[in-house]
Amino acid sequence: MRRRIFPYAVVVPFAIVLAFPFFWMAVTSLKSNSQVYDPTKTWNFHPTLVSYGFLFHQTDYVRWLKNSTFVGLMVVLITLAVAMPAGYALARLAGRVGRGLGVGIFLTYLVPPTLLFLPLSRVVAQYLHLSDRLWALIVVYPSFTIPFAVWLLMGFFKAIPQELEDAALIDGCSRIGALVRVVFPISVPGILTVVIFTFSLVINEFVYAITFISSSTNRTLAVGVPTGLIRGDEYNWPGIMAAILIVSIPLALVYNVLLNRFIAGFTGGAFR
Amino acid sequence: MSVAAPRASRRRLRYVAERRGFLATLLISPAVLFIGALVGAPLVLAIYLSFTDATGGSLTGKWIGLRNFRDAVDNSIFRGALWHTFLITLISQAVVVVCAGLLAHALVRKFRGRWILRFLILLPWAAPIALTVTGWYWIYGAGIPESSIFNWFLVHMHIVSNANLPNWLGTPHAAMSSIITVQAWRMIPFATVIFLAGISSIPQEVDDAAAIDGATGLRKFWHVSLPLQLPIATVAVLFGVIFTATDMVVPYILTNGGPFNSTHVLTTWAFQIGIVSGNVGEGAAIALFMLPLLAFVTIAMLVFARKAEVT
Repeated sequence: MRRRIFPYAVVVPFAIVLAFPFFWMAVTSLKSNSQVYDPTKTWNFHPTLVSYGFLFHQTDYVRWLKNSTFVGLMVVLITLAVAMPAGYALARLAGRVGRGLGVGIFLTYLVPPTLLFLPLSRVVAQYLHLSDRLWALIVVYPSFTIPFAVWLLMGFFKAIPQELEDAALIDGCSRIGALVRVVFPISVPGILTVVIFTFSLVINEFVYAITFISSSTNRTLAVGVPTGLIRGDEYNWPGIMAAILIVSIPLALVYNVLLNRFIAGFTGGAFR
Repeated sequence: MSVAAPRASRRRLRYVAERRGFLATLLISPAVLFIGALVGAPLVLAIYLSFTDATGGSLTGKWIGLRNFRDAVDNSIFRGALWHTFLITLISQAVVVVCAGLLAHALVRKFRGRWILRFLILLPWAAPIALTVTGWYWIYGAGIPESSIFNWFLVHMHIVSNANLPNWLGTPHAAMSSIITVQAWRMIPFATVIFLAGISSIPQEVDDAAAIDGATGLRKFWHVSLPLQLPIATVAVLFGVIFTATDMVVPYILTNGGPFNSTHVLTTWAFQIGIVSGNVGEGAAIALFMLPLLAFVTIAMLVFARKAEVT
């Protein structure tokens, strides 16, 4: 009996505390702006979707959604094109060179944007002439998505038996042919995981986006929502809460579905 | 004829095998070049800039030696930022280890409703942090103590009175606690997930062997389970330390260093000096104070990753 209760006794309180901010955001998003500051209406209010309408019709929110999606898709494409071959080669390179190189690439993921944004902001402005352009982000974001993706893909590719490729080689495939026709197709679930997590890293990024982008129409979600949803010095809190939830909840659902695969890739690169 | 065909294919196989090194180089080099250009070069440039008087709008400046570093250290706000970075990282990660350890041990079992509970626990990690911190800004009252939902709870539990509401982001100590809370909140799910992976990776045979040898409960945990999980758990903690110490989003959105520069961390101060004040050289010098921590974590990571591999 005690063993049965233990998980609930621990997990339920934690779940409530960790998820509470989202619950409160949802409650706030259903109020009208005039009810937000009224202490008598903390729980006792008339739910309305007027703030969602406000968000979509009177702010740049849709624009930011489009910007983030565009940057996300471009970065995913660049990342896959560079990381899939590298991840595969590192998975198959036996011995210390392959391992060392794999760990080396992964460690660059630890170098934070907060250390690089000052020099990069000058490079973007002076050499690339991309100030206030989304392309500045598309060029810079692979700096952290590639190390992350190479690591995950390396873990996934290691799990694919070498014999499969050898069979393809004997059947007359070239090495690249075996890669494209045999290895990549059976890695689709792993690659999908990389796509989602790369996309999520892009949606999350804040430091570069706030440094490189200055005009409201070119902002991404991560910068637009905290800095842009102000009208005449007044915050529209229900609208802001709606803006957060619309992005967060779908992303969290996808995370939950792909979680086990993420763990396999993340820990598979090193710990096996 | 019948002899020549296998020999030809064997020769081709050998040819492919010989090309292997070349092929590997070809496949890996784009990634290495990309990383070199976007991480290595800016890192070198940051070190160079920190020794110059470069300002906004120029990549070059006069070589001024260590003056940027001296100016940075002479400023009491910088020394505060260094201390706050340390404090926020240490306390939040200590909380994370305890909470994630408990959670992982509970979540490893199978029970009804596990999926939805896991979903709720993952929320803080899965949602974009810049957005959720904005939500926290509102939860803390957005500068108006009366509108903070925390204060509503505190008042209704008779812990504080309506006349004397805490201003969560407006007083130095409360603001620091608020930042630490959010940093712990957002790192618990990630640490839980990795701890969970560590626990699940212990083979059933080890458990059985421990049971046969008579190890149970806490003793088993201390002598068998804990040592086996420790390397992978350490990697998770090192990640948490790096992400927290080098993070700018949480303090920037919650307080932006205020009130009265009492909650600046290295990153927000580097941004303030380097971008807002346009003093790129000194900003770079401030950010470089993160480098020793980075080096330490990198070395620790290598040591523990190797240990994890052995187990």
